[in-house]
Amino acid sequence: MLKSKVLTLSLAIAATAVMAPTLATAAESDDPIQVIDNNWSSQKVLARVAKQMLDKIGYNTELVTLDTQSQFAAMGTGDAHIQMEVWEGSMNASFMKEVDAGRMVDGGSHEATTREEWWYPDYVEELCPGLPDYKALNDCAELLSTPETSPSARYLSGPAEWHPEDVERIEALELDVVIVNAGSADALFGELKSAAARKEPIILFNWAPNWVGAAYPGKFIEFPRRDAENKCVTDPSWGVNPDMANDCGAAVGGYLKKGLWSGFADKYPCANEMVANINFTGPMIDSAAAMVDVDGLDHDAAATKWIESNQAVADSWIPSCAG
Amino acid sequence: MIAEHAIAKLSPAQKRRRNITHALIAVAIIVIGIVAKGQFAWVAKFPRKWVVPLKNWITDFFEWIVYGVTFFEGKSYEFVPTDVTRGMIKIFEYQLSFTDGLFFNGFRIGVDPLPWITVVGLMAILGHWVAGWRMAIIAGGSFLYLSLFSVWAPAMDTFSLVLLTVPVVFVIGLFLAIWMSRSRRIENAITPFFDLMQAMPPFAYMVPIVVLFGIGDVPAMLAVAVFAVPPVARCILLGLQTVPHEVIEAGEMAGCTPRQMLWKVKVPTSRSTVLVGLNQGIMQTLAMIVLASLIGASGLGNELLNSLQTLRLGQALEQGLAIVVIAVALDRLSAAYAHKPKQYIDKSLPWVQKHRHLVFAGGFLVASIAMAWFIPSLRVLPKEWPLTTAPMWDAGIDWVLVNWYDNVQGFRNFVLIDLLIPIKKFLLSVPWPTFIGLIILLGYRMGGWKLALTVGLMITFPLLMGLWKQTMITVYMIGSAAVICIVVGFPIGLLAARSERLSRYIILMCDFFQTFPSFIYLIPVIMLFKVSDISAIIAVLAFALVPMVRYTNLGFRNVPFNIREAAIQQGATRWQRLIKVELPLAAPEIMLGINQVIFMALFMVAITALIGTQDLGSEINRARTGNKTGRALVAGLCIAFLGMIADRIIKAWRKQHDYQQSRNT
Repeated sequence: MLKSKVLTLSLAIAATAVMAPTLATAAESDDPIQVIDNNWSSQKVLARVAKQMLDKIGYNTELVTLDTQSQFAAMGTGDAHIQMEVWEGSMNASFMKEVDAGRMVDGGSHEATTREEWWYPDYVEELCPGLPDYKALNDCAELLSTPETSPSARYLSGPAEWHPEDVERIEALELDVVIVNAGSADALFGELKSAAARKEPIILFNWAPNWVGAAYPGKFIEFPRRDAENKCVTDPSWGVNPDMANDCGAAVGGYLKKGLWSGFADKYPCANEMVANINFTGPMIDSAAAMVDVDGLDHDAAATKWIESNQAVADSWIPSCAG
Repeated sequence: MIAEHAIAKLSPAQKRRRNITHALIAVAIIVIGIVAKGQFAWVAKFPRKWVVPLKNWITDFFEWIVYGVTFFEGKSYEFVPTDVTRGMIKIFEYQLSFTDGLFFNGFRIGVDPLPWITVVGLMAILGHWVAGWRMAIIAGGSFLYLSLFSVWAPAMDTFSLVLLTVPVVFVIGLFLAIWMSRSRRIENAITPFFDLMQAMPPFAYMVPIVVLFGIGDVPAMLAVAVFAVPPVARCILLGLQTVPHEVIEAGEMAGCTPRQMLWKVKVPTSRSTVLVGLNQGIMQTLAMIVLASLIGASGLGNELLNSLQTLRLGQALEQGLAIVVIAVALDRLSAAYAHKPKQYIDKSLPWVQKHRHLVFAGGFLVASIAMAWFIPSLRVLPKEWPLTTAPMWDAGIDWVLVNWYDNVQGFRNFVLIDLLIPIKKFLLSVPWPTFIGLIILLGYRMGGWKLALTVGLMITFPLLMGLWKQTMITVYMIGSAAVICIVVGFPIGLLAARSERLSRYIILMCDFFQTFPSFIYLIPVIMLFKVSDISAIIAVLAFALVPMVRYTNLGFRNVPFNIREAAIQQGATRWQRLIKVELPLAAPEIMLGINQVIFMALFMVAITALIGTQDLGSEINRARTGNKTGRALVAGLCIAFLGMIADRIIKAWRKQHDYQQSRNT
């Protein structure tokens, strides 16, 4: 009881202090906006950019640490409010479940798109010069194999449910490849680090934007390009294999969205406008992540620095309701 | 007459006949299974349309309870179920905000958290008060480590959560144990729930906790409690039940009320077992800290996951060590406090002299805060100061990768290709009626029809859920890991029992491996052994070996001294003494150790799924994408049932064994 009084009082004081210059959000809720903090660099910096900008236009905000799956349940119940990076590849199912149930809303896409595809570190190209063309996989199958997959090449994929079409793609393109499913990103890049230390050939699943690209230069394997109408998946006669579907690579521009609790727009209308405006391009995300991974700043400092060095862009995101 | 006793009472001839009958039945089950597999498609592969859609029912139920239903709608006292669960959370939020403010983020009215120098000093004084200089160095040194290795802020965040969670876990455990000690009926009713709570991987109930209780430190605390309460309650219950008759009779003669009997007689008498319960409370709580960070508990767990995500292993190692340091410091302090002899102080002394530690602590509190006010580096350590061993560890790991890798590969390939993969193929080819039949037969052999029915139902559950293949792969992983744990853990435990000096180090190693976050092993293991079954099994080993060592040690230590002497006088060689005398006497504890090995290994199943497996753990992992509550819980239940089958069979064996022993003597 006492605590809640102290809390309200201090919040009221804090709110008046912050709102003096803007006043815009006077009618809105003083409850802190819960911004989700995951565990990779770009997301952490983007979350703090959003937080700092919301602070600036007069909201109370808090960061809340959640993993990529529990976060959707938490946004569905309104315990958490904003996720700055919703990835198509790994989060679409959980996200859509909450959106379809009317408990979350799509906060709009960033200009940045994501790519998720088979990938290798650059030194593999010296051992198997045919890369990045996918046909080289069969020529180098023995080189890319391990004893338990020999004589076929070993492809270290992510969790099986991320890209179920890989199995059919291997068949359709007649690849001499066995899939081994890693259970997490940690497992994928743990193997990469180990292989790179010894320059051992390896083909694994990777995505961009990702910190891995900065630490280990490499390339995506070029499969036949997927067509715009997605006939590759729906029409077997399309593509290099006339009898089978999925004879192409993954979609090149997967979405990167912002996800919001469905009650967000009613409770914090002005914040909602701003989140809708926020729009990161691929290079912007890379530079944000590099401030942490390359320059060694902590995440809060990186967010502050990012806003400073992109002031014009950041200002353009502030909506008119914020005065 | 209990079934186990009836079995133990059989004459040698009856026993031989029983063995032959059972062997014949086993052969029949195997043959029928193989024949049926060739004949009927539903034996070869359990039809999908027979699968019971329990997972969908559970998911629907959660949708209804969380988002669908309102009780007393339209009335002034209408409420939704989450109002109740969220209300429960509020109870603890106040206390947590206090410890958080004290140690971690200060108070809203502008008071800073305690400076590090104050916390380190107070811990040393506390250590000195409970057990003299040695403990002062251990407690003070532990917290000094936290501040010097730049993990102070997250460590204090975790510490404040632990400081609240451990007492809550301990008190709940204590009261459940007292309640269970009232009657067999209550004990029997609660035990299966404990088994479930302990064997169900926490990953499986994360989402239900989030939707019902929300996110943040308090729901995380709840998730920890689900996991940590059962072992605490079990230890205390064991203590209460083994209070010697003489002591209770003495209490009765002295005219104790039931309340006095409990608090003045039973609890103090079983102090050392209650302490093991407290130790387990602390260890289990800190073992769960990393998982708790998945649902919003900030602190060390979260920092650790961040480091792992970018493969900063050295840093992750230091953060993991910080968790161990907190666990060991708290454990040693609480144990020393419980063993602290009552001090008789001359009452005529002035107050100050009677409470020297308190006065000194108060003085230090004021002085250190004042000092920290003037010297900022005593409040928050400057960024340049902290030590780090991270580059050394990272370099070490790289060195191992380059120099050992090739040698390890020979071993890896042999174990994987010539041992593990054939075992897996074999288990997957066993027809399900054969496997279920053999489990039922084993249950019958160990504990009669009732046990046969229990284990039969539990092993049929995964089949009806359509998870047979995943379950068999889990059996293969857990079985392989358990066999290695037994083979390796037994000699280490025996060694610990033989030497006081070694024992202390081995116990410390046990505490280390129990609380050192298992997430950290995953990465180096993958680096050396690649994503494969062998990596998953090795990761299980590091964690599941601990109970085997602990209980083997305990078992051999509990062999009465006079029996060992008698064996020596009879001229038994060391080997004879071990095999014929000590081993049978230590067997119950060792079997309890094996039982715990299986539970620990099952706990790791969900974590090794992060390496990449195709077992029930990966089923839970998969259910987490898409937040399929029912699917995760059903897979969790399958894992829990595997543990409970092993547990029930081992317990029945133990009853037979104990009865046999008591008849022999």
